[in-house]
Amino acid sequence: MKVKDIVEALNLKVVSGANGLDREVEGCYVSDLLSDVMGNAEMGNIWITLQTHKNVMAIASLKELAAVILVKGLTANEDTINQSNEENIPFLSTEEETFDIAGKIYQLLHQ
Amino acid sequence: MTSLRVPKVECYLCCILMEEALYPYKADLHIHTVLSPCGDLEMSPTAIVKRALARGLDMIAISDHNTTRQVKVTQRLGREQGLFVLGGVEVTSQEETHCLCYFADDAQLDAFQDFLDAHLPPIPNDEDKFGYQLIVDENEEIVGEEEYHLLNAIDVDIDGIYDEVHRIGGLFVPAHINKGTTSLMSQLGFVPPDLRADGLEIIFRTTKEETLKKAAYLKRFNFITDSDAHFIDNVGDVYNVIYMAHRNFDEFSKALHGEEGRYIDTDYFREHKLPKIM
Repeated sequence: MKVKDIVEALNLKVVSGANGLDREVEGCYVSDLLSDVMGNAEMGNIWITLQTHKNVMAIASLKELAAVILVKGLTANEDTINQSNEENIPFLSTEEETFDIAGKIYQLLHQ
Repeated sequence: MTSLRVPKVECYLCCILMEEALYPYKADLHIHTVLSPCGDLEMSPTAIVKRALARGLDMIAISDHNTTRQVKVTQRLGREQGLFVLGGVEVTSQEETHCLCYFADDAQLDAFQDFLDAHLPPIPNDEDKFGYQLIVDENEEIVGEEEYHLLNAIDVDIDGIYDEVHRIGGLFVPAHINKGTTSLMSQLGFVPPDLRADGLEIIFRTTKEETLKKAAYLKRFNFITDSDAHFIDNVGDVYNVIYMAHRNFDEFSKALHGEEGRYIDTDYFREHKLPKIM
């Protein structure tokens, strides 16, 4: 499944990094501790978080994650958006809370 | 104001530019009072000043979580007894990193308290679960309390806090950056390379040298290391030796920025533990 399939299925807003919408999604990781993500997320994961700091995109890039989803309608700052565009890692946004969006992604990835 | 105590050891280094003698001041710059919910009930300003002097500290900072309301009474006691008390606070940023902020005077403290009051979420404290948040006077009488839970994050991010601290004229020092929780490294994975700060606090278990070995890009900062005392016995367990001309905010600021020969030694305490006071 590609990032764009998840964007369409869950009506996510593409904040930035649209060039990376064809990335393959292999699993999902949920955490707001960036040290934990650095240690435990796997390549190709789509990452759900509420942290908006630009280190989010640095770690997504380092770990070669498929995309980042910000929950609760939170918006990333300009630095984070710029880096997302440079790295071609999509920054996605939803009004939903982590539990709901994670449940829906679980269903999509396991259907 | 009472006269400063004569430093015990005279420093051989003189500042070349200023021709001013520098003295080594022992300073523990991260201490909680009874006002922090996690601060022990014995942590009154009176007890802290007494203990700091008994152990041989020249300078402390009061840094409760998200409040400055215990600072002024501690500073008054310090002035009377010959201990320099730097006014501070340990703010929890939106990212849930802890950041030490230090201020020069009452006006700065008041301005920053207004900022904290505007940005701390209005969630009442549950004393049974989190502990008391008591303001006490010099006689250890309770004169007030903080209503809202002080361990919550304020709704301003690190950069926003830095901007406000600097607008007011204070100093911004992310706390225990290499701690496993509530630190820059735990919350953000690593210290942002373009972080704006006046210095960094490291935990005492790690030396400055070890920290820089793992993250050489932090060498543009000067470091401090402190006890982060929540219990009276821990006041002064960890301290810096700050080489400066006098004990005041401006001199500390110069030392933190490495200006005019002033500097901070974060290793001296390892071989020179202060005497325990029973």
